[in-house]
Amino acid sequence: MRLGLVIDLDTCVGCHACAVACKEWNTSGTTAPLTDYDPYGAKPSGVWFNRIRHFEVGDYPYNKTINFPMSCMHCENAECVTVCPTGASYKRAEDGIVLVDQNKCMGCNYCSWACPYGARELDRVSGTMKKCTLCIDRIYDMEIPEEERQPACVLTCPAHARMFGDVDDPESPVSRAVRERGGYQLMPELDYNPTNHYLPPRVHAPIPIEELKKKAVRKVKEWVNRVVER
Amino acid sequence: MHPALAVIFLTLFSGGGFGIMALTAIVNDLQIDGGLNPLQTMIAVILSLVFVSIGMLSSTAHLANPKNAWRAFTRWRTSWLAREGVFAVLYYPFAVLYLLWVFFTSGTHDVAGLILLNLAGVIGLITIFCQGMIYAVLRTIRQWNTALVPANFYVMGLAIGATVLAAERIIVGAPAGTLVGIALALLAASAVMKGIYYFWISRPGGPTIRTATGFNRSTVRILEQGHTFGTFLTEEFGHTLSAAKARSIKVIMYIFAFVIPIAALVIGIVTGQSAFAWIAVLSVVFGIGVERWLFFVEAQHVVNLYHGRQQC
Repeated sequence: MRLGLVIDLDTCVGCHACAVACKEWNTSGTTAPLTDYDPYGAKPSGVWFNRIRHFEVGDYPYNKTINFPMSCMHCENAECVTVCPTGASYKRAEDGIVLVDQNKCMGCNYCSWACPYGARELDRVSGTMKKCTLCIDRIYDMEIPEEERQPACVLTCPAHARMFGDVDDPESPVSRAVRERGGYQLMPELDYNPTNHYLPPRVHAPIPIEELKKKAVRKVKEWVNRVVER
Repeated sequence: MHPALAVIFLTLFSGGGFGIMALTAIVNDLQIDGGLNPLQTMIAVILSLVFVSIGMLSSTAHLANPKNAWRAFTRWRTSWLAREGVFAVLYYPFAVLYLLWVFFTSGTHDVAGLILLNLAGVIGLITIFCQGMIYAVLRTIRQWNTALVPANFYVMGLAIGATVLAAERIIVGAPAGTLVGIALALLAASAVMKGIYYFWISRPGGPTIRTATGFNRSTVRILEQGHTFGTFLTEEFGHTLSAAKARSIKVIMYIFAFVIPIAALVIGIVTGQSAFAWIAVLSVVFGIGVERWLFFVEAQHVVNLYHGRQQC
């Protein structure tokens, strides 16, 4: 089993709700707290497991805004685990989740150097490295309803842009989505083999705006708009 | 990369310290320039221990949670950082036993002494290799992911060691001709090796913002980094240096690390003035310190691609 996330770049609206839900759940979770520095001051900063960047892809007029959420990719070749001198970082054999044992970490930052995706952040207060746990304290919790046994980011996403599941199972919804939508891994040339995949934006047929202009209804509408404006 | 002084001091001073020990072994094995007498040997070994200890202690200052530092020896099967720790600690008993041996028997190159000395020297050299590999294994940092990194650490550690030993001989007024020659050769080799390294990393390569986002056939620009102020990632990996500034700092580095030590050692051996020997040592340590600072600042981690850098 290889648990991970599949993120749909077509539907992500960049609202940061996943990051906020992550912070809210995990600040009282297994690697709690997610310390904030100067939260109400001039230089607010702190530990987050999930960060959303925004890119412009292509050149005008063929450009597009891509909202890009990133958290731990739970890589198959997790170099962060290989380089860890204390054994604090480990990858679970049963489901592939990469975790940091907060009782063993000495805060040397070396694992964060080995991570190409910026998934690991040092908590200056506890002096330990913290990262996405894939909400391990939710997904295996038998006390909550089965449909809620998903990471907080996935549950909260209003655009349903995040999917959680087993990418090893070829018939799981995440594997199907990756197969059908051409899902890909980030920076494959580094050979980390991340579990998380990204679904590219769908290719839509261009909307024929010239056709619309010819329609009589539209002409009337435009005339009314002009008149009303005066 | 953030040029943390603690990590710069680790490789600078422990590399130099292991270099002193390796050169002491070579000099006493082969009796170069008549070998070091017991007092000179003890000074050299103590200097090596002091250098290595400065490096090791400053590296613990880099830890955010040092109470778990003892665990760093446990994962030597996979982690070069753990291996470095194991070998660095293993160096101490051999170095200290040789120091005691020389102190009590005054035998600098009898069989028992030489065994201890050479073991300490070899363990030191292995530790330098481990230190280089800590950086060289990181595929995330193109400027570090090269065999030139451990090679540079070796030649510079040995250059510091040879300069210190040659200076020691000049200061005590003992014959130092061959030792100065070794130091000059190692300093020149270091300068050339560093030149090869700078040539190597100046070629663009590695991941780009396109492969980082997966939009391989489009231009990709950052619109918004998604945070109000800095993050751990921008603090740790965001440092850069403009090409013009890097060039002028490299000129200064070359002058202090190689030109001044070479000139000072030559003048020192010709005139016998110990001041020049001191200048050589201080200059080479400062210069290679600047080199280590550049090594960090010039390293561009691929996470910067997600903060808008087009290429690292």
